[in-house]
Amino acid sequence: MIRSEIIRDIAPILRDQLVVCNIGLPSQELHMIDDQASNFYMLGTMGLSSSIGLGVALAQDKTVISIDGDGSVLTNFGTLPTIANNVADNFILLIIDNGSYGSTGDQPTYAGGKTSLAAVAKACGCETVVECQAEETGAVLKAAIESQKMTVIVSKCESGNIKVPVITKDPVVIRDRFMTEIARRNG
Amino acid sequence: MSVSEKIVADFVANGIEFVTTVPCKQLGGVIDAVEKEPSIYHIPSNKEDEGMGLCAGAFMGGKRPAIIMQNTAIGVTVNTLVTLTQFYRMPLPMLISYRGELKEPVACQVEMAVHTKALLNQLNIPTYHFHKLGDEEELDAILKYTFMCNKPVAILTDATFWGGY
Repeated sequence: MIRSEIIRDIAPILRDQLVVCNIGLPSQELHMIDDQASNFYMLGTMGLSSSIGLGVALAQDKTVISIDGDGSVLTNFGTLPTIANNVADNFILLIIDNGSYGSTGDQPTYAGGKTSLAAVAKACGCETVVECQAEETGAVLKAAIESQKMTVIVSKCESGNIKVPVITKDPVVIRDRFMTEIARRNG
Repeated sequence: MSVSEKIVADFVANGIEFVTTVPCKQLGGVIDAVEKEPSIYHIPSNKEDEGMGLCAGAFMGGKRPAIIMQNTAIGVTVNTLVTLTQFYRMPLPMLISYRGELKEPVACQVEMAVHTKALLNQLNIPTYHFHKLGDEEELDAILKYTFMCNKPVAILTDATFWGGY
């Protein structure tokens, strides 16, 4: 399975949650597969999906899922200790780990080499860390939502991309409808 | 009330409930006052761009954020300021220690100080500079302005303002 297949697989689970989606192809894929007001698409700023998601989770009560990539987590490694030490039980970090920088041409990441992101997350103090295979992602994600415990999921999948259109929505529109949806769901 | 406590009182009066900080000796008193304030969630970050991500999330989740950092952070956060805070039009008061100004003992700090205002100007970030005691009287208006216009706004505070090192 490649990342876009995981996103297609978990889209029915995601639509009931608040989602912060990583820059580049992951956001473009989610936008094409199942655009929702509850999705915040990152159009830039590599690395900050987990930080933005944690901020949303700490500010309100509904479950927030940050979809991140192995390359993006490597870019913002400082996020893992911050997550571990600021427990938000409504926060799930889903790292889709395909061992490559997918949006830039599948150059290999160190997570595809010797570095285990699950082991790093645990070493940083994250208490619930689940590494799974791509096919198991939906079941693991569902269990994490139901557990109401802050969870880091590392989903190991194959590298590869599909053709997707870029997102042309105005960023302020994306942000405004996300905020309106958050307020509505917390209403 | 100390200047640090007054700054945090202005944060509270303007509904700021989420503050991220990256350590700074000069702003140590403000960071302590943030930590002691029960209505503020204080979340130290490891790098300033990470902190700006946290602030963006908190804002979208319904809490007014602020970041406390050194001016060296301007060099670290240009991309985040432009592609996240400004592109999505989000407010962010940035209380900044303006290292490398008069009374600075560390030469290397001057290297970033000479670029600080030029970079902020290049990024079209409204910038205020607290140089003398009493300048902090404007903070309340600056915070109101920030949340009115949904922009990142810089408040530079130098060593003369803080009474030296």
